[in-house]
Amino acid sequence: MRDFSYLRADTADAARQAGALPGAMLLAGGTTLIDLAKCGVAEPETVVDISHLKGLDGISVDGAGATIGALAKMSHVADHADIKSRFPAVSEALWQAASAQLRNMATIGGNLMQRTRCPYFRDPANFPACNKRSPGSGCSAIGGVTRGHAVLGTSEACIATYPGDLTVALVAFDATVHLGERQLAVDDFFLLPGATPEREHAIEPGEMITAISIPASAAARRSTYLKVRDRQSYEFAAASAAVGIEFEADGRTIRDLRVALGGVATKPWRARAVEEALKGKLLEPDAVRRASLLAVEGAVDHGANHYKIELAPRVVARAILKIGETA
Amino acid sequence: MTVHELRTRPADSKRGDASDGGALAGQVGGRLSRVDGPAKITGAAKYAVEQQLDGLSHAVLVESTIAAGRVRSIDTAAAQAAPGVLKVLTPDNALRLNTATDWLGTPPPDVPYCPLARDITFSGQHVAAVVAESFEQAVAAAALVKVSYDEAPVIADLSDAKAGDGIPVDAMTKEWGDAEAAFAAAPVRICAAYNTPREYQAPMEPHGLIAQWQGDQLTVWEPSQWLDGMARTYAEWFGVPFENVRLVSPYIGGGFGSKAFAYGYGAVAAMAAKMLGRPVKLAVTRPQTFTAYGGRAATRQTVALGANAEGQIQSIVHRGVNETSVDGMWVEPLGSVTSIMYATPNFSSRQNVVRVNSVVPGALRAPGENPSAFGIECAIDELAYEVGIDPLEIRLRNYAEQDPEAKKPWSTRQLREAFAAGAEAFGWSKRSPEPRSMRDGNQLIGWGVAAGTYPVRRAYGEAVVRILADGSVEVESSSIDMGQGTYTILAQTAAETLGVPADNVVVKLGDSRYARAGVTGGSRLAGVMTGAVHKAATAALDQLVGLAISDPRSPFHALQPNTLVVTEGRISSPRGDGPDVPIAELLGSVGRDRIEAKGDTMPANSTPEERYKNYTTIAMALPHTEGDYSRHSWCAHFIEVRVDEDFGTVRVSRVVSALDSGRLYNPKLAESQWKGGIIMGIGQALLEEGIVDRRHGRIVNNNLADYLIATNADIPDIEVISVGIPDPHSSALGGKGVGELGIVGVAPAIANAVFHATGMRVRDLPITLEKLI
Ligand SMILES: Cc1cc2nc3c(=O)[nH]c(=O)nc-3n(C[C@H](O)[C@H](O)[C@H](O)COP(=O)(O)OP(=O)(O)OC[C@H]3O[C@@H](n4cnc5c(N)ncnc54)[C@H](O)[C@@H]3O)c2cc1C
Ligand code: SF4
Repeated sequence: MRDFSYLRADTADAARQAGALPGAMLLAGGTTLIDLAKCGVAEPETVVDISHLKGLDGISVDGAGATIGALAKMSHVADHADIKSRFPAVSEALWQAASAQLRNMATIGGNLMQRTRCPYFRDPANFPACNKRSPGSGCSAIGGVTRGHAVLGTSEACIATYPGDLTVALVAFDATVHLGERQLAVDDFFLLPGATPEREHAIEPGEMITAISIPASAAARRSTYLKVRDRQSYEFAAASAAVGIEFEADGRTIRDLRVALGGVATKPWRARAVEEALKGKLLEPDAVRRASLLAVEGAVDHGANHYKIELAPRVVARAILKIGETA
Repeated sequence: MTVHELRTRPADSKRGDASDGGALAGQVGGRLSRVDGPAKITGAAKYAVEQQLDGLSHAVLVESTIAAGRVRSIDTAAAQAAPGVLKVLTPDNALRLNTATDWLGTPPPDVPYCPLARDITFSGQHVAAVVAESFEQAVAAAALVKVSYDEAPVIADLSDAKAGDGIPVDAMTKEWGDAEAAFAAAPVRICAAYNTPREYQAPMEPHGLIAQWQGDQLTVWEPSQWLDGMARTYAEWFGVPFENVRLVSPYIGGGFGSKAFAYGYGAVAAMAAKMLGRPVKLAVTRPQTFTAYGGRAATRQTVALGANAEGQIQSIVHRGVNETSVDGMWVEPLGSVTSIMYATPNFSSRQNVVRVNSVVPGALRAPGENPSAFGIECAIDELAYEVGIDPLEIRLRNYAEQDPEAKKPWSTRQLREAFAAGAEAFGWSKRSPEPRSMRDGNQLIGWGVAAGTYPVRRAYGEAVVRILADGSVEVESSSIDMGQGTYTILAQTAAETLGVPADNVVVKLGDSRYARAGVTGGSRLAGVMTGAVHKAATAALDQLVGLAISDPRSPFHALQPNTLVVTEGRISSPRGDGPDVPIAELLGSVGRDRIEAKGDTMPANSTPEERYKNYTTIAMALPHTEGDYSRHSWCAHFIEVRVDEDFGTVRVSRVVSALDSGRLYNPKLAESQWKGGIIMGIGQALLEEGIVDRRHGRIVNNNLADYLIATNADIPDIEVISVGIPDPHSSALGGKGVGELGIVGVAPAIANAVFHATGMRVRDLPITLEKLI
């Protein structure tokens, strides 16, 4: 039996200390960690259970924005009245993620830390080569089954897609990750694979996510999350877009626009080029479609995932038009 | 003495279910809810690997990580030394088992059988196993078994250049007329290739077993679609008499064809139990359900249709290929629907199998008919557009009035009625013929139709019916209920035949000690078992009435009646003059604590060998074209899809299916079976595909997050309409097959609807979004 020690942290400080031990991993809802332990990917020596920590599951929304505790459940955040009204894209991204059972278990902190669905990453017994799992071993995916792999932000070392939904909305609306005292923009929290795909987050041993905060904005208030996939429910995105829009007083000229992509990149992907191309312009279908093509500038495919390059701009355009046209 | 007549409906009644006559729930044809439902909902139903046994140990498989080659060596030292480990099994220390008779009854070669492989023919093959005190210990130790291999080149799938054209299967060749010449001469010709990928049964309950030896008696708790067949396999493997093996399988969490046989992991568990002298549990993991046994083989077909300008088919030329494993043979009969659905004067169908490095494929709901219908039902749709006629009309123009292959009349074929009823309920006449002509915003709307069929497979069955002292009734059979409703319909059959309320009938299934039964597959069980139970119950009733008339202690004795009737559990004279007593009271007065009768539908002069063969192989199954008739179930699916014009995503928004399964023993359960088949067909059309890494010959989406089956959100309301009439040539009570019919034709109906929506013909399943953008 693979023995590991189990510690139940009573305070956030105790959790951080225990989490700094070699081979220690935090346990929140367990929906990623236990799954990966079963695949033989996660082999913690110490499991630090943070799920009973007090005071980390709050959700508060005021004029300045929203603060969501790391232990808040996905389903609670999705269903929170103020999140729904002021950050609809956040609520929608959560509703379309995973399944009802998973959302009831899974936490926001754990959600940020979920790992890729690259099938080679998840099968160490059959595919020892995976740079993300064992640095320098190679990449089994390149040249293999790549239908779900990324077209943006890839490197020669790793082409794994970041699979989550929530963070796509978070990067669009400039959310911040709270690691206790230290704070990081969500966009900086996620790292590109480059030559070190094993490092996915700018979090250090002994740090723990305590909360995320999202500043209030008009664009966030008028936002949506559009997720496209073959199966209507319980599937990761083939391509998705979080979009928010703010108009000038004329109601037609775009003052602020936020666009981020999911399912196509190695991290939640802010598409600033699309935003810049449309700011100050009228919302007009052809212009939106043209500008949306900028979302996949520099994209590289690996055969079977080529469709993502076609699909992503269409998802962006539909999301912008949908949210722009609904008064 | 005839004491009871089954109330079958007159042959001219329009529908064979309760909708025209309102049979009571407890009678045959009534809508009785599943009697096993409460046990399942409350968790009281215990599945195979949930049995608690003293001294239970746990086996975990070690699987090959290459797809072709040889095991060079296995280092078990670390695993042996790991905590809790009781045994590490490899080919070197495995017991020598015998090769068992196959399901067709072919006598086995006299060579030893080892479920652990040295020669590797597919990724995921069992090479070793670890048995430990706890499951976690076994999992950990299995990871310590070091296997080294000599690798050989892999033939990954049908598209592999090394795969070649394969081996012709002569038994699949069907020819009449001169198909090639007639095709060449036809004024209208279409020819296209249709492909289906590897698909998996994905039952909710994964496979697994607990094996326990007591002396030379083996008990196996294992989900099973065929207790007697599997018991025979275990008995032959271990060289013990058939009677020494007891299979127990009262509940099965879905099988879909995958639980009819004992597989290698079963041999491993039973072997370990024998070597250790302890019960051993082996639970197949979800990823292993993709390699421990086979799913549906990937298939390719070309269908060439030659027709005249009116769309009347003059020739069908069909060529098919399915994959099989390197050392096993699976033939997925691809010409089975092609040869009977439409009338044609000229026909040719041939099939090859191609060996690839995979586990030997197996049965998955409607093996053969399902992919076969995908080919012919898409092809005729293509022909309809080619000649410019409505896809429904072209099917009627080519309606086969008799079996074109067997040249025999149909026993019953309500397919015309199915087309009419389905079209009416769906509103087919409002369809605009042009592709891409119906839309709702960004959604392109398409309507498609396709037909389906499944042969009536018949065999013989056996049952015991007991009337107990308290007037309750017991039915026993080693047949099974995997959710399709055997418990329920056999209770209805016994209740109706004996004249007792269905509540008073207890049906006991899933134990090979009960009266024998053949395979639950090919949609045959309901027809076989209602016949057997009816016969046994009739015999029990005869005995009961006989006693009531002849026993001097009976209250009826003095009246000297010719016969008596039993209704609602009470026995009385037909004219109502005289006593009217509960069965229990009668049994009490004549001093009997039970009446027991065995009924079987085997020919009276059958030998014990023939009986054994009938229940443990399919060698005695009756061909569906035996005698004067050709027997099949039929259906027509009408399906609406919505395709997002930008995203290529397909959603099924409406399904109306009209089906002819003959008389329905329980319409509620039949509808549920049909809908289940249709739901699986939606998944097959749009989602399901075992994705092979072609370098390693390995399925990489071997879990239920990545192998996509339909969720509730993918399924619209489904309307099913029964158009069947009782078919006396198909079964004792007039029913035809139900379980597999529903899936046949769904995928082509969806593909045809997608074409109507988009103008794009997708001939490779599944129809995923990248094929439409
Ligand atoms: C079948 C399936 C389908 C899914 N589909 C989707 C989907 O469609 N969209 C989507 O977005 N997600 C999806 N998910 C992912 C799901 O959202 C995550 O598994 C979940 O959010 C993880 O949260 P948890 O609390 O269970 O994390 P855990 O499993 O407890 O932890 C996950 C990781 O985060 C670390 N961790 C946990 N909390 C903290 C903290 N506070 N600070 C630092 N590190 C921490 C853990 O050490 C661990 O490494 C799916 C998951 C599964 C299994
Ligand atoms: S894509 Fe990344 S995660 Fe997948 S096998 Fe390659 S290195 Fe590993």
